[in-house]
Order: sequence, then C-alpha cells, then structure tokens
Amino acid sequence: MRSLNHIYSLLKKDLLLELRQQYNFYGVLLYIVATIFVLYLAIEEPEPKVWNGLFWVIQLFICINAVAKSFLQESRHRMLYFYSIAGPRDFVLAKLLFNSLLMLVMSLLSLLLFSLFLTNPVQKTGSFIGLVMLGGWSLSLVFTFLAAIAAKAQQNAAIMAILGFPIIIPQLLLLMRLSNAVFDPALTIPSDTILLLIAMDLMVILLAVILFPFLWKD
Amino acid sequence: MIIDEKNYMHKSWWKIASALLLIYTFVCGLLLDVPNLPALEETIRNLYFHVGMWFCMMTLFILSVINSIRYLRSFSLKYDIYARQYATVGIVFGLLGYLTGAIWMSYTWADPNNPSFQSFSAVAREPKLIGTAIALLIYFAYLILRDSITDIDKRARISAVYNIFAFAMLFPTIWIVPRLLPSLHPGGQSGNPALDTRDIDHRMLAVFYPAVVGWTLLGVWITTLKIRINILKEKKMMQ
Repeated sequence: MRSLNHIYSLLKKDLLLELRQQYNFYGVLLYIVATIFVLYLAIEEPEPKVWNGLFWVIQLFICINAVAKSFLQESRHRMLYFYSIAGPRDFVLAKLLFNSLLMLVMSLLSLLLFSLFLTNPVQKTGSFIGLVMLGGWSLSLVFTFLAAIAAKAQQNAAIMAILGFPIIIPQLLLLMRLSNAVFDPALTIPSDTILLLIAMDLMVILLAVILFPFLWKD
Repeated sequence: MIIDEKNYMHKSWWKIASALLLIYTFVCGLLLDVPNLPALEETIRNLYFHVGMWFCMMTLFILSVINSIRYLRSFSLKYDIYARQYATVGIVFGLLGYLTGAIWMSYTWADPNNPSFQSFSAVAREPKLIGTAIALLIYFAYLILRDSITDIDKRARISAVYNIFAFAMLFPTIWIVPRLLPSLHPGGQSGNPALDTRDIDHRMLAVFYPAVVGWTLLGVWITTLKIRINILKEKKMMQ
C-alpha cells in the first residue's frame, strides 16, 4: 500500500513537471510533426509495406526522443532525495508508468498525423490502434530501462540507440508482422503473437524491477 | 579490490581433452565417410567446424552472463573481468562462425550466375544470420558501454546490469525469430533449429558431438588465458 502511494506521488510529480515545463512535450511533438512532414515531402503515397516499415521506425525514434530525458533530468541531489523517501523499485515503476503514458499519447498522435499526411492504407482501424498502443508501450518500457543505464553511465542519447536497437529488433519484427495483417482484410491477426509481445513486456518490467536497484546505488 | 590468486595449472585435464577432441575432429572429420547429398557433397564436413563455432559462442555468452550475475551478487571485481573476457572471446567465435558460414555458403547457396556481392542482401535475410547479428551487436554495445565508463566499480555494475538485461531479451529472440521466418538452414520453422537428431546422419554425429565439445573447451581455454593476463594487468595497475 505504501509503495503504491510512493508510485502515485512520483508519477504525479512527473506529470506536474511535464505540465509546468511543457517544452519537453512540445519538443517531442514538434519532432513528430517535422519528421512526418519531411516524409510527406519525400514520398507522397507509400505502399502499405513501406508505410508500415516507416511507421514503426518513426515510432522507434520518437520513443528514444521522448524517453531519453526521463532519467537525465534528475540531478544527483534529487536522486539522493528520492532514495531517502522511496525505494528504487517504486521509483523505476513510476518512471515506467509515466513513460508508458507519454509514449501512448505520442504514438496515437503520430498515427493520426501519419494517416493525415501519408494517406491511410489501414483496413482494420480499431485493431491497428490497439497494436500501435501495444507497440508504443513495448518500446517505452525497453527504452526507459536503457535510459536509466545511459543516465548512470553519464552518456548522451546516442548510446541509448547503440544499446537499444539490437534488443528491440525482435519486438519490432513481431509488430511489423502483426500490422501487415491490418492492411489486408483477408488476413487475421494472430493472437499468440500478441500474447508473446505482452509476455515480453511483462518480462521487461520484471527485469527492470530486479536490476534497477543495482543501477541506483552510487 | 581483492583478486585472489588461483593456480589453474593443476586442472589441466580438460585442456588435454580439448586438444585430443580437436585432433579427432580434424582427422576423422576430414577422413570418415559422409552421406553424399546433392548440392552439399563434401562441403558437409564444414558442419563440424561451422556449427561448433556457434555452440562455442553461445556457451561463452552464457558464461559471460553467469559471471555478471555473480558480480552483482558478490561485487567482486574479478567476475567483471571474467564476464568481459567471455564476451570478447564469444564475439571472436561468432565472427569465425560467420566466416566458416560464408565459405560454406559460397559453395552451396550462392547463385553462380550472380556475383557474391549482389546475392548478399538475399542471403543476409536468413533468420539465423539475423539472430547472430543481434547477439553480436548486443555484445559490441556491451563492450562500448563498459569501456566508456572510467570508474571501475561503476563500470562493472552498469555493464553487468546491461549484460543481464540484454541476454534476457536475446534469449527469446534467438528462440523465436528462427521459428518465425523461412530459412535456408536446416531446422527452423518446423522444429528445433540446432539440435534436431533426425536431421543428421548417425555417422556424422560421432564426429559432431566431440567437435562441439572440443571447440567449446578451446573457447573456454582461450578465455581463461585472457582472464589471467587481465587480472595480472589489474594487479600491476594497483601497485
């Protein structure tokens, strides 16, 4: 119960910070708009396969940009303060939750812009929105943990890409295969692949909870 | 920092075993009868070398992650050196696996009418090549991360955390991806990608298993030498 309270307060703190210093949110938003606009100028009407590939790669880059700051913004002293009031597990769970929310908003926004600018080849809109949310969630979980590693190593966001790309490839592959079924009304979306993705997400949360206390100590 | 002195010399039976098994692999692997299959023909003998590399690589990566876990349990810096050296030698065996695979491929899969540079993109789509590429990229990233941090304890802790996290994500990958995509390799979509005994002739198993054990022991042997060199270097720096 106490740890739930801690998670709630830490989450509230992140949300309030986001609302007060909106430059981060608008920065990522501008990044999405600019990237999709450049794509729109470069290719007008991509085929479904290209659309799908581009969409997920853009999600990947959005995720790195949205999540990278989450641990870097906390200064040493503030981390020490959090350490004294809440455990590392509460802290990392709050961060995972906050970044999931942020990434959900960003994925949905980029989906909207994508279908606005680059036409909309999606046949099953409802299931694709679900897939996008699942994909955004998976990406945000993995990159939140990598952001913690990068912040502890005092490195920039570039190392996040180096560390994260090989790890995220299988999930991206699964997501792209799943969303290929969305463009064709004849294909059904395999539910065991969705379960596999959810299982991998749960594994990432478990690993983060187990491993973050080791990163935290200084 | 405590690095205890260990005398490795009195446990040399497995090094002798490794040498004997590899001599057996080379002699019998090149001389014994093999099934004569179309397209493969005599190149099938590469199985003893090519597949041995992959088994050795995976064993070394598993040993690396075990040492990372041991480090986080004890915070003894020698386990950090163990983990790093197992990863490095694992990468070397992975590259050797690619090399032996490339030689084999040029005799079997490559389109003789096409220059090999042009058939690369078709062959590189192989799920097993992708899986190994992911594994190698992860361990290259591990080395970059580890060497980018200057503080010794911090370096050991953060790289151990990444090693465990990446390995835990890698394992489902190499378990899932080969079963998902069509492949030119035997095994894959229908069955076990590495250890299907129905796939392999019994005459070849008599050389294949000793070869795998021999290569793996050789990898561990090389790593223990590197570990000893690095522990000596650390000691020199401490003085």
